[in-house]
Amino acid sequence: MGLFDKHLAYRDAYNAIRQAGADPFSVRFDAVVSPTEGVINGKRTILLGTNNYLGLTFDEQAIASSVKAVQERGTGTTGSRIANGSFEAHVELEEALAKFYKRKHAMVFTTGYQANLGVLSTLVGRGDHLILDADSHASIYDGARLGHAEVIRFRHNDPEDLYKRLRRMKDVPGERLIVVEGIYSMIGDTAPLKEIAAVKRELGGYLLVDEAHSMGVLGEHGRGLAELAGVEADVDFVVGTFSKSLGAIGGFCVSDMDDFDVMRVTCRPYMFTASLPPAVVSSTVTALRRLEEQPELRHKLMDNARRLYDGLSGMGYVTGPTSSPIVAITMPDTERAIGMWNALLQNGVYLNLALPPATPDSRPLLRTSVSAAHTFEQIDQVLAVFAELGAAMGLIEAPLKRVSA
Amino acid sequence: MVGDTVGSMEAVTDLTLREIGLATSKVLGRSVDVANDTHIGRDLAVDSLALMNIIMELEDTFDISIPLDRLASVETAGDLASLIKDLRNRA
Repeated sequence: MGLFDKHLAYRDAYNAIRQAGADPFSVRFDAVVSPTEGVINGKRTILLGTNNYLGLTFDEQAIASSVKAVQERGTGTTGSRIANGSFEAHVELEEALAKFYKRKHAMVFTTGYQANLGVLSTLVGRGDHLILDADSHASIYDGARLGHAEVIRFRHNDPEDLYKRLRRMKDVPGERLIVVEGIYSMIGDTAPLKEIAAVKRELGGYLLVDEAHSMGVLGEHGRGLAELAGVEADVDFVVGTFSKSLGAIGGFCVSDMDDFDVMRVTCRPYMFTASLPPAVVSSTVTALRRLEEQPELRHKLMDNARRLYDGLSGMGYVTGPTSSPIVAITMPDTERAIGMWNALLQNGVYLNLALPPATPDSRPLLRTSVSAAHTFEQIDQVLAVFAELGAAMGLIEAPLKRVSA
Repeated sequence: MVGDTVGSMEAVTDLTLREIGLATSKVLGRSVDVANDTHIGRDLAVDSLALMNIIMELEDTFDISIPLDRLASVETAGDLASLIKDLRNRA
């Protein structure tokens, strides 16, 4: 018996995927030339799977502040905030986030994954209850495992099921923390947050919303689903990331709750890791300002998403329930999902291949994420490739050819 | 002898096993046979995700909460049946 024996089934499955063409889990970009274009195997490729919702990775002001920070403050902090101190930019970023969300407190983490790991394992402990949407992101599940609370799941986006599960534990002592996401990363659907907030109000507990994919995307000011649904007052904690709409890396949590800052000396994924480097913090501060200054980016993003969603649905592809910057196409089986993913790449379209068990309903997905930086021409080019390949592979019906008289 | 007691205990376990079988069939979309020593991962080819969905079915069947952290020690259908029994007694 060897250490890796328990993983051999995965190795075999992975090898089978690689034999079918390129390796979807280790794509190498020769170059990334803009938020929407890269070079893969020498071929110019439209990037349609990067979560770069606002296209801010190449924002000139964000780049300039990042360059200035690295020159003035060096390449890294070489330590954690509690042991080795904060740079002024960390504090500036936390103040900017608190102001953006109109909350009293903000705490920055080194990644979004660590934000969930830290917040979930610290807010609830032994004797408390975590109530998770069944389709929660891996970082939420891992945060639940790191803590000592009892973990219960409710059926995805089902407020009645949440109600039932909360009622079932009505007389059980301990705090309850309900966790949902603004936009779910696999098929781009949003939580029924108004109804979930109503359940919380009726049966008690705290509500945390992970706005990783909805920050800068939903709401009039880009504060996410809680803003869009008009229930920010019911949301006790917002968790998010800098690695999507803000084009960098890092995570955060904001809240109005008193004593929030005690987490700085109790939350292990915050305490025992190096803090974000100055270049990242500075580009994030600037990107957040750019997000606030340019609501038109959100509108362009939604127009692009609608164009892609309508185009694909119109051709007969099975897409998610609503138009969202994440447009997922359900594929009939893994073999065709892999085949289609490879054919798209060969035709200059990069997107994400998502295979069970990482997908809902055990069905493979081709997952796209749209950017405000995409042009309509790029979206149309993608649609043309989908039309041609889909017909060739029997995924959709071939468009009717006009019969010449 | 305490035959009667043992008999009724077994009946309870059998009923629980039957419900585990029904929940598993529903989640997997195929009929399965479940006995006390059926290994959930190996014999039923249930992965961690499917197991969590089976748990939600069973929570509704028995009107109990089955915390995910309690599943770490569950390997066989019998383990799951005794966990359910334990939680029902707690309620």
